[in-house]
Amino acid sequence: MRVTQGAFSFLPDLTDEQISAQVQYCLGKGWAVNIEFTDDPHPRNTFWEMWGLPMFDLRDAAGVLMELNECRKVYGNSYIRMSAFDSSPGWESVRLSFLVNRPKDEPGFRLERHEVEGRNIRYTTKSYATDRPEGIRYGGK
Amino acid sequence: MSVSAAPSAVAPAAGGPLPIERVDLRREFNEVGIGEVLDQLDRELIGLKPVKTRIREIASLLLIERIRKRMGLTSEVPTLHMSFTGNPGTGKTTVALRIASILHKLGFVRRGQVVSVTRDELVGQYIGHTAPKTKEILKKAMGGVLFIDEAYYLHRPDNERDYGQEAIEILLQVMESQREDLVVILAGYGDRMDKFFGSNPGFRSRIAHHIDFPDYADDELLAIAELMLGDMNYKFSADARAAFVRYITLRKTQPLFSNARSIRNALDRMRLRQANRLVADLDRVLTADEIMSLEAPDVLASRVFSNAP
Repeated sequence: MRVTQGAFSFLPDLTDEQISAQVQYCLGKGWAVNIEFTDDPHPRNTFWEMWGLPMFDLRDAAGVLMELNECRKVYGNSYIRMSAFDSSPGWESVRLSFLVNRPKDEPGFRLERHEVEGRNIRYTTKSYATDRPEGIRYGGK
Repeated sequence: MSVSAAPSAVAPAAGGPLPIERVDLRREFNEVGIGEVLDQLDRELIGLKPVKTRIREIASLLLIERIRKRMGLTSEVPTLHMSFTGNPGTGKTTVALRIASILHKLGFVRRGQVVSVTRDELVGQYIGHTAPKTKEILKKAMGGVLFIDEAYYLHRPDNERDYGQEAIEILLQVMESQREDLVVILAGYGDRMDKFFGSNPGFRSRIAHHIDFPDYADDELLAIAELMLGDMNYKFSADARAAFVRYITLRKTQPLFSNARSIRNALDRMRLRQANRLVADLDRVLTADEIMSLEAPDVLASRVFSNAP
């Protein structure tokens, strides 16, 4: 099942050229771009691992792409997203966030039903991938 | 359907881009506006004949390369990394700034910013500090020009565990793999740069343009002084001018002479003396001309004359 999180996620995966163009748009607006990765695709998992610090004071998207390719070399089979932060209000706030990399196989989510008091049922979603320990969720080792 | 050098040639035809067959070189030249930059270079930089010739050559090559690309004659992106060698104060940094704007006008760098760094900004203090530091600078310079002043400090032959080597390796790798994203200009004094290239042969071969900045002749230094004074709204009186000609001759024989930089410092000291001279007599009315003029005593009070035999 294809995970759809962030902007553009219902489109086909962005090519590097398209990613560059988006990043350049962000830099043009004066936003700092940050790369994050995770292997827990649950939609409520908002805190992803950071790949280095957010990149401030860049002028050209090539620098961000360089970091993205480094990150792909190490975490090529994980989810990688880019977030652009706008600091003009006086604090950093996310203006744009989109996936730039996803694992080859995305096993999807199962729906768990918990039977609670009375005949009530509580539902929860769980990623099949997270059944395995962190680091080897999408194969490897 | 044939496409001539009409304005529409810039935009691809509806049926896909057709390689154009003829271009009007002059229009092409005017369009990118490098003529203006080159003229400005001629006007504002005195002397430096070999440097200007080389820059003109590079600019012409890039212009032709640009046209070739539009004609569909594919060729590799030319290597644009440069090294500027020359004595102190011969205008290396100034020229680097101009080069950036030429490259930007021709579309060989996308943004045209110049990131000027020295060893401190590239090399870290402890293990694992250098790579992120160098990469951060490289990222900032992407799409523009990275100017490394006194590049030979990157390599410290006396200390084999120096982190400079790590920075050099990252630089070399990016210079090779991201040639279209970044232009690196190394600058430094001639003899030390030669040693630096000698111990890092990888650098020498990755740099296409080695440009040597000659020292200025006496009359060029005088012209530079007058240009600087003009910018600061000062001028020499006739006597001061004659004294300054002697000053240049004497100063050149003394140690630590650094061309245009020495001239600028000398002018700054003359401005001090002139201000002091004017303030010494408070009971007078000054004209604009007096405030602008440097007189012979302002020049002659220099240490350079008293030390002279």
